[in-house]
Amino acid sequence: MDLGFSAAENAHREAVRAFVRDELPSHIRHKVMNGLHLTRDDHLAWQRSLFRRGWGGPSWPKEFGGPGWTPTELYIFEEECAAGGAPRLISFGQRMIAPVLMAFGSKAQQERHLPRIMAAEAWWCQGFSEPGAGSDLASLKTRAENRGDHYLVNGQKTWTTLGQHADWIFCLVRTDPDVKPQRGISMLLIDMKSPGVIVRPIITLDGAHEVNEVWFEDVEVPVGNRVGEENRGWTYAKFLLGHERNNIAGIGIAKRELARVKRVAAAELKNGRPLSADPLFAARLAEVEIDLMALAITNLRVLSADPEQGGGAEASILKIKGSEIQQTLSELLLQAAGPYARPFIGDALEGDLPPVGPAHSAALAAGYLNLRKLSIFGGANEIQKNIIAQKILGL
Amino acid sequence: MDFGFSEEQRQLTDTLQRFLRRDYGFEQRRAILASPAGWSRAAWSALAELGVLAINVPEAHGGLGYGPVETMLVMNAIGAGLVVEPYLASAVIATTLLAELADESIKDELLPQLASGEAIAALAHFEPESRFDAGRIAATASAGGDGYLLSGHKAVVEGAAASDFLLVSARTRDHIALFLLGRDTPGLSLRDYPTVDGRRAAEVRLANVYAPATVRLGQDAMPAIARALDVGLAALCAEAVGAMSALQDATVDYLKTRQQFGQPLARFQALQHRAAEMLLHLEQARSISYLATLRCTAEDERERRRALAAAKVVIGRACRFIGQNAVQLHGGMGMSDELAVSHWFKRLTAIELDMGDTDTHLQRFIAITGEG
Repeated sequence: MDLGFSAAENAHREAVRAFVRDELPSHIRHKVMNGLHLTRDDHLAWQRSLFRRGWGGPSWPKEFGGPGWTPTELYIFEEECAAGGAPRLISFGQRMIAPVLMAFGSKAQQERHLPRIMAAEAWWCQGFSEPGAGSDLASLKTRAENRGDHYLVNGQKTWTTLGQHADWIFCLVRTDPDVKPQRGISMLLIDMKSPGVIVRPIITLDGAHEVNEVWFEDVEVPVGNRVGEENRGWTYAKFLLGHERNNIAGIGIAKRELARVKRVAAAELKNGRPLSADPLFAARLAEVEIDLMALAITNLRVLSADPEQGGGAEASILKIKGSEIQQTLSELLLQAAGPYARPFIGDALEGDLPPVGPAHSAALAAGYLNLRKLSIFGGANEIQKNIIAQKILGL
Repeated sequence: MDFGFSEEQRQLTDTLQRFLRRDYGFEQRRAILASPAGWSRAAWSALAELGVLAINVPEAHGGLGYGPVETMLVMNAIGAGLVVEPYLASAVIATTLLAELADESIKDELLPQLASGEAIAALAHFEPESRFDAGRIAATASAGGDGYLLSGHKAVVEGAAASDFLLVSARTRDHIALFLLGRDTPGLSLRDYPTVDGRRAAEVRLANVYAPATVRLGQDAMPAIARALDVGLAALCAEAVGAMSALQDATVDYLKTRQQFGQPLARFQALQHRAAEMLLHLEQARSISYLATLRCTAEDERERRRALAAAKVVIGRACRFIGQNAVQLHGGMGMSDELAVSHWFKRLTAIELDMGDTDTHLQRFIAITGEG
């Protein structure tokens, strides 16, 4: 047993750290470090930098142009990117549809889409959830009628993250309404510029436009845009969700946010002394820091248990603990700001207007509100507990 | 990064687990608890035959010269098997301390005896006023003639009555010193009693105990005591993980078999979620136990103590959560002395309070982290 990284892994860490330090524009870093909103261009600029370095598909195997990293090397990459203030990769293309296309897509689909994801030329979003299908995804109703050379798609998707930026959407649609729900689902790749695709913003509790409704009104989708076989979409979706959980623990981001709580708590005063010296606050912070130490090891255990798959039911443990830790950190940030946690000025979140109070307080409330999503999306934490009970404990 | 174990390490635990299943079952253990001494010489000899008493004894002194990883694996099994014999006290803490601090002649004589099970030893260090602060020692050793006179009171010394030798700390003018005393040394008296987990501990009183200079181990013993306690704390964490893992399995089995309202308890989501939360605690505890194991002998004191403090916080909370919820999920049966469940619960309760409780280690973690 050995918890250390190899010399090669440490060299890799240094290389990633240096790359982020040298290549990440300071205005993007500033936004990430302070929880401000990123623009589409911010994301794409960073993705292009990665692409130029040969890291455009960090989780991808070599045959599709990725670096072919081990799970540990990928973990180190993610940790260093997060620590250095880089934007998260847009996972819908990178980590969701790309692995599905590699495993089940046609040669034409692979050649058309994968290089464009890597080169930041195509932004993908996910069309799974519907108003009536959240955690119970298989109950989705969006219809796709097979008309020979194309499908006619009608229905509505919701909670489509950053759909307003997207060029493409991968959708689960119902192609056979007369069988068991899971059996009549197919997966389609839909060009967002297709006539009949309508994107409407959903403004969330933090005032942000992060998610959308996407409507399909008689949208024609060529049959060549179907992934794999008709009515096998549920299989591909499960495969995809397994990959989605790959980076679910968010260790790197949590470490960065922990450092942020410490910075804020050192700057804020309580009874004339730094808040970080307050015994109650220090205890709450230490508890989450300790939880994170343990989770970092749990994460590595899961990664090394099955490097080929890396996304079994154990990922549910990472999802629950990872989301709880990030949410707790966001609570502590909010608490640390004291009275200045309450001013809520939208333009300050875009970096366009100076905040009221200390600069670090501008985005704390929005961040706290926004991160409530962590225990809801990607399978609510209660669903994760069902998975643990059934798949790990056999209950 | 490697979470695997060697073939040799696997064999060590396999044989120990086989022994515990066959010869240290719940009824056999119950008989041991009911015996006047509260521990079994025969079980101790069997542990010696399996080699597990020798793992922290250097090879030069007839031992196996293993380290924290092997200790962790043994302690996992001891936790699962609810072993009451003073393994941690003698084969881990006292053995580590002797191997570091004693001079060669004492090591030559005593370490082979500890490895073979002929002798048992325990560290008598903490006092009624020390709580969990290893430096708060009031017992005195005043120099006189060619030796020392020791006076003081050592509190809740596990395995003291089973021990042939006690390692007793006391203040000299300059240091905290450590003395190797036979249990029958005149002036040294024990009050032996059971603890909440069915083990035995004792109050050790020293009334002008004469200790010749030859049994004083080293000069300033405190650094070595602290290091041995660090090794012991990692081992205690591993014992907790073994006990929690077994208790989790027993609870999951019970949920699958116990029928209520015409179906197994396993079908009720409220109970499923409780069991899932127990697993989260268990896996986090296992992870941090690995960290404690691999850091407990680190040269960098800050890194070592920070990892151990973090470990005991995670383990302490897990002990409480898993212990309490295992009893809860067993319903009335969880309250019964007839099932191992309550015995694991009591052991976990004792572990939570031993070698520094959760709050103590949380404060320690804050202090260490703040220094850095």
